[in-house]
Amino acid sequence: MKTKEYKYELRLYIAGKTAKSQLALANLNKYCEEYLEGEYKIEVIDLLIKPQLAEGDQIFAVPTLVRKVPEPIRKVIGDLSNEEKVLVGLNIRPANKK
Amino acid sequence: MAKESKKNKKAADHPQIAKTPTGITGLDEITGGGIPAGRPTLICGEAGCGKTLVSLEFIVRGAIEFNEPGVFMAFEEKAEELAMNAGSLGFNLEQLQKDKKLKIDYVHVDRSEIEETGEYDLDGLFIRLGYAIDTIGAKRVVLDTIENLFAGLTNQGILRAELRRLFQWLKEKGVTAMITGERGEGPSLTRQGLEEYVSDCVILLDHRVINQISTRRLRIVKYRGSVHGTNEYPFLIDEDGISVLPVTSLRLEKEVSSDRVSSGIPSLDKMLCGKGFFKGGSVLVSGTAGTGKTSIAACFANEICNQKQRCLYFAFEESPRQIIRNMHSISMDLQMHVDNGLLQFMASRPTLHGLEQHLVAMHKLIKRFKPQAVVLDPITNLITVGSVSEVKAMLIRLIDFLQEEQITVMFTALTLNSVVTEQTDEGVSSLVDAWILVRDIEFNGERNRGMYIMKSRGMKHSNQVREFIITDKGIDLVEVYLGPEGVLTGSAREAQKLQEQTGEVLRSHAMSVKDREVLRKRKVLEAKIAGLQSEFESAEEELNKIYIEEELVKKVAEGNRQEMLKLRRGDQGGNDRKVKSNENKRI
Repeated sequence: MKTKEYKYELRLYIAGKTAKSQLALANLNKYCEEYLEGEYKIEVIDLLIKPQLAEGDQIFAVPTLVRKVPEPIRKVIGDLSNEEKVLVGLNIRPANKK
Repeated sequence: MAKESKKNKKAADHPQIAKTPTGITGLDEITGGGIPAGRPTLICGEAGCGKTLVSLEFIVRGAIEFNEPGVFMAFEEKAEELAMNAGSLGFNLEQLQKDKKLKIDYVHVDRSEIEETGEYDLDGLFIRLGYAIDTIGAKRVVLDTIENLFAGLTNQGILRAELRRLFQWLKEKGVTAMITGERGEGPSLTRQGLEEYVSDCVILLDHRVINQISTRRLRIVKYRGSVHGTNEYPFLIDEDGISVLPVTSLRLEKEVSSDRVSSGIPSLDKMLCGKGFFKGGSVLVSGTAGTGKTSIAACFANEICNQKQRCLYFAFEESPRQIIRNMHSISMDLQMHVDNGLLQFMASRPTLHGLEQHLVAMHKLIKRFKPQAVVLDPITNLITVGSVSEVKAMLIRLIDFLQEEQITVMFTALTLNSVVTEQTDEGVSSLVDAWILVRDIEFNGERNRGMYIMKSRGMKHSNQVREFIITDKGIDLVEVYLGPEGVLTGSAREAQKLQEQTGEVLRSHAMSVKDREVLRKRKVLEAKIAGLQSEFESAEEELNKIYIEEELVKKVAEGNRQEMLKLRRGDQGGNDRKVKSNENKRI
């Protein structure tokens, strides 16, 4: 949070290091590298450690990816395995034809 | 065998299910102590039937009355909205939240914001709930309405699996949970079949409009491992929260009193064994229009207040002022009692609200005012609000309640001038302890009021028809005139009385004439008797005179014979002289 010029600020809420959360994090990193290189910041929040944060972003499912910036807030829940849906959910137009 | 009985005994000693009281008036009564502790309970019903309020009251009452903090997880309304809604019931959610007795967590599920991709679970919800429970040490949890998740998420397979896990998890947590669900179509209780997951206790709420008056009802569809009331119970939402009203108390084991309460009409008391009604009993006064039912009721209320006891008067026809004014005309000062705080009027049109609301309003007032007697005038008007059976059910409940509180109640009821006058429209006659019937007796071009006691349980009451008169000085009962022409009342009775008086005078006159004649006859007779007597005396004297003469002659003759004997000194001479004396006698 030192710099604030990122175009995309993303938060990934997980609950412990489960297979699903690991998968989601791996997927997210992959997409971001591919489409948002240098323009993003990812914050991973483990709700098992900080349960009080769940309320603020209205989290009820995990893993949940929250796009804090740019507004409006968008959420993608699940292990992010469907690339297209994640990109649509985050409102990132794929650079190539997809 | 012995083993079995031992087991039974054990079962009786240990109730199978621990229950958590909800604190909702009446609901704990129906469920026999509350909802199952440490388990989820499903509240289902259509939109607007009060699911949220039931669950909210469960949480708030738990926090206030049972010191059990609660978490309210809302999927529909925001915390502020909930606080406002609760404020209308007199609950201060803000304060409770500050006191750490309550935590409201609003879960916002908006489909437009959410994209689903791949596998996920609801751990987030679990963690939030777990966190909320742990921070305030909650014993109670409400999920309102968890089905909203189904609207926000598309993957039903995951959702169902997660819900099952959630309820399991709640049980493990040991919290008593209330889950609300929207009524589904057809036979299913909830839209998403939540009843499959929550199987311990299911309560169904219903909201029906009959004759333009809405009634809310509650029914316990199932309660595993516990006895419960199975009926549909009407319930109410008002400024004090929810009140569920059991139709009847389950048992008939009320205290009874053998104390008596005067009816305020001495002559009526006399008909009731000389003492009046039983305290805590119910009295029905029925009659056709204009027979003085309200006057009797007011008289009773007046008497109660004169005894320095409190009376509550529910008027469904007249306003209090009207009653007070009208009773002034028969020299009854009710205003005085109102000023002294002994008499309270509660006037409302029956159509003001449904029967249940009436009942609850009465309950509340009675609880607050603590009267010794209650008057309902008249119950007939309630029929405009509900059906006969509903009115009856309501009155049963009212009577039950009043008897429990040892309050004497007097109902007035209008009977129609039909063939069956011995049946009130509300069919309450079998419920009441005493039934006084006032009826018109139409005769000789006028109507008069007759009163008799149809029944009076537990006392040797009079079987007579009395004429019931309302005068400037109050109410009184007169014995009706039973003449050769039947029962006479009113002016006919007076006329008959006058006629009898005239007859009396005439008769006494005739009597004196006859008496005199007898006297005269006696005198005549006596005179005659005296005449005869003197005649008899003269005859007797005559006879006596002959006797005496004869006696004298005899004496003289004897004397002579003795003389002769002396002179002759012979035996023969004696015989001759005997003959001679005989001859002498004949002459």
